[in-house]
Amino acid sequence: MAKTILAVDDSGSLRQMVAFSLTAAGYQVVQAVDGQDGLNKARDQVVDLVLTDQNMPNMDGLTLIKSLRGMSSYQKVPILMLTTESSDEMKAKGRAAGANGWLVKPFDPKRLIDVVQKVIG
Amino acid sequence: MSIDMSQFYQAFFDEAEELLAEAEHLLLALDLDNPDSEDLNAIFRAAHSIKGGAATFGMTDMAEITHVLENLLDKIRKNEMALTGEHVDTFLEAKDVLNSQLEGHRSGADVDRDVQEEVKRKLKALSEGKPVSAAAEMASAAPASAPAAPKPAAAAAPAAPVDKMRHYHIDVKALSEKDTANLEGELGLLGEVSSKRLDNGHVAFSLKTEDSEDDIISICAFIVEPEDIKINLQSDGAAPAAAAGAPADGKHRFNIEVPELSDKDAENLKSELALLGDVSISKAGGKTIFALATEDTRDSIESICSFVVDLDTLVIKDAVDTPAAAPAPAADVAVAASGFIEGDGFGFFEPITPPPPAPVVEAEPPKPVEAAPAPVAEKKPAAVKKEVEKPAAAETTSIRVGVEKVDQLINLVGELVITQAMLEERISKLDPVTHEDLLNSLGQLTRNTRDLQESVMSIRMMPMDYVFSRFPRMVRDLATRLGKKVEFVTSGAATELDKGLIERIVDPLTHLVRNSIDHGIEVPDIRHQSGKNETGRLSLSASNRGGNIVIEVTDDGAGLNRERILSKAKQNGLPVSDTMPDSDVWQLIFAPGFSTAEQVTDVSGRGVGMDVVKRNVSAMGGVIDIRSALGYGTTMSISLPLTLAILDGMSVSLGDNMYVVPLNLIVETMQPQATDIKTVTGAGFMVHVRGEYLPIIPLYSLFNQPTQITNPVDGVLVIIEAEGKKAALFVDGLVGQQQVVIKSLETNYRKVPGISGATIMGDGSVALILDVPTIIKMGQNNNSEGVYQ
Repeated sequence: MAKTILAVDDSGSLRQMVAFSLTAAGYQVVQAVDGQDGLNKARDQVVDLVLTDQNMPNMDGLTLIKSLRGMSSYQKVPILMLTTESSDEMKAKGRAAGANGWLVKPFDPKRLIDVVQKVIG
Repeated sequence: MSIDMSQFYQAFFDEAEELLAEAEHLLLALDLDNPDSEDLNAIFRAAHSIKGGAATFGMTDMAEITHVLENLLDKIRKNEMALTGEHVDTFLEAKDVLNSQLEGHRSGADVDRDVQEEVKRKLKALSEGKPVSAAAEMASAAPASAPAAPKPAAAAAPAAPVDKMRHYHIDVKALSEKDTANLEGELGLLGEVSSKRLDNGHVAFSLKTEDSEDDIISICAFIVEPEDIKINLQSDGAAPAAAAGAPADGKHRFNIEVPELSDKDAENLKSELALLGDVSISKAGGKTIFALATEDTRDSIESICSFVVDLDTLVIKDAVDTPAAAPAPAADVAVAASGFIEGDGFGFFEPITPPPPAPVVEAEPPKPVEAAPAPVAEKKPAAVKKEVEKPAAAETTSIRVGVEKVDQLINLVGELVITQAMLEERISKLDPVTHEDLLNSLGQLTRNTRDLQESVMSIRMMPMDYVFSRFPRMVRDLATRLGKKVEFVTSGAATELDKGLIERIVDPLTHLVRNSIDHGIEVPDIRHQSGKNETGRLSLSASNRGGNIVIEVTDDGAGLNRERILSKAKQNGLPVSDTMPDSDVWQLIFAPGFSTAEQVTDVSGRGVGMDVVKRNVSAMGGVIDIRSALGYGTTMSISLPLTLAILDGMSVSLGDNMYVVPLNLIVETMQPQATDIKTVTGAGFMVHVRGEYLPIIPLYSLFNQPTQITNPVDGVLVIIEAEGKKAALFVDGLVGQQQVVIKSLETNYRKVPGISGATIMGDGSVALILDVPTIIKMGQNNNSEGVYQ
């Protein structure tokens, strides 16, 4: 059974690319346009991995991660930040919020798939 | 697996365009003294998103500009720098450059490199707190030596120089001349750079910058594979740190001790380390030891290792020449500061072990780390259930369709409407009692057709906002250039108009807005003297009125000067009289070559334009009307049909033929009494309608059509109005009101004066659609002859 990944990004083109790449790699992808949307979709369906952007309207990535970690069903679901900010500060914030890792933008589809496979096989 | 990125380009183009428009909108609305932090965030986010997309899709030029833009915006939104008008100006310039770059990528249009560089320089200067003008000077003197913005240092940089300026040595594998130049240019954005081609084909760059290693990597990543880059941090200006006291081959040897690694992890780590140099692996005393010979620093090793193992447990020691030898006591270099597990462009905070590929229920749970994936058995059921229900579909609320597809749809619906009208016509001849069912079904078909038609037409409808949104910027720029203060307001931006019309209304509207600012609104001094608010008010509004869209440009400026227009008209030899009503005087400004501007400015006043405006509006089936009061302002009112494809018309008969008069131009219809008809010498016949005398235009004489009815008393007068003029069109009779699909006569035949198009009627015959404004004009010329007895 294909694993499901929740991809949260306010940029439609990046979201599409993520979704397309991961779908091509055999995953199911649920897309969300911002943190709030991501949270709603995560509630509807417990996914196997969450990939989220940080800088988004309505709800940013860190808040989304914190909110997800507050849900019992998302205690152990891996969450990765997709972000252009790769500063230690941002990483520390991500870690504190409960993220498991990060992927620096820009990335190519191949690397994305590699990383996802490292995390959920 | 290779994925063609170009398939996402279109989505990115559209998205970037929207973001740029949004950013511009927000920029224009910014209050310099008290900027709204939400707005600043939104602008920052727009730059940020474009940068992300541009970098991902390989549009380096856009990524560069957004990068510097983002840095500057970041400072402003974090209140590290106060927002100034100069900032906003430069942001707007950057926005324009980005737009042109976007266009360049989209359609291959030329992009002006100089402008790009100029904006980049300005943004950089601003983020260094220098005025823009100084940046230009500096740029001509020497390349900007300081980088855009100080960023947090790369992980655990050793003893950074006090000024935060660091010196990197960047080694890049086999690079072409062109790429070398490109890369040097890119790195030049960060700071001072020089390059040297090495004997082994590698290229060595020397870079002085305040930016972090991450920034360098992401910049390089545009041109070369990250794996092919090696970055060394040099102590200020000295040789690479790792090279100090290194063996002759320039490589330093390290022993890396890691506790208890699984075979798999050990392999992983080995392959990661192999990226840095030669590596061998051995095990001793429950530890796995990697011997590494590399040109890289401890930092690089740490960050590579941290991807697989916890840095706390990692020990890196300087090795004596032989690999895997007993570790010499070395300074403790296990830096726990970062504590991240970092790979190439990604990383994990803690080790993550992928679950077994097959969904085995009794799988051994992964390491009991807090954040590891949940055991398969725990979460699978829920996920499985949902997955079956809902395949991952793209979350879209809109689709993009080519205009030609929509047009074809509209055409087909048009044909359907004609067919349906034909059916109605045929069936109306049948006996309603015996064919009741058929008639009912046809009624249903008629309703459905109408609904279908409306839905299809609405596809082509776009909100006026599409046009309005480009004006705030223009108004701002223009007002600044002319030293005027203008408050710009729009209303009715949600009003929808056919796409074809929307695109064609932009130019005329631009012209009118320009005129209003240039000639209408006065400079603050004069406004003050005449007791007005120094800030002029320019409003742009759109509204639905009947079957028309009315777009108005209103200013509270000086208004049109009747005397000046009349004297100018006399000079130009136009037929005028001093007793002309205002509305006729205003129409004079639409005459070709007419300009009352005393001074020709670079904005307007060259006398080209108003006639073009009028011609454009007429070509769209619209009319333009002026209301003005000297000293109080002017309103230019453009009235357009909702759509070009379908028209509500009144069909009228004339002899054996039918004509269609656009319903929106008909004021009323009447059967005149003989006493209402008057003869006026030299002006033909007039009809008296409610206190007004209107010229009668007999259609049969205008079109030279034989008919039995030549006396208006026997026929019908259709009162038509266009461009502020009324006339009574004399036809045989009224046939009915219906929607007609407009077919162009010009494309199928040729342009005929007085006819704007043709349509196919219910019975399959062709009827011509009258061009009312032209007919009124033709009638004026024709009337003097006296046309009936």
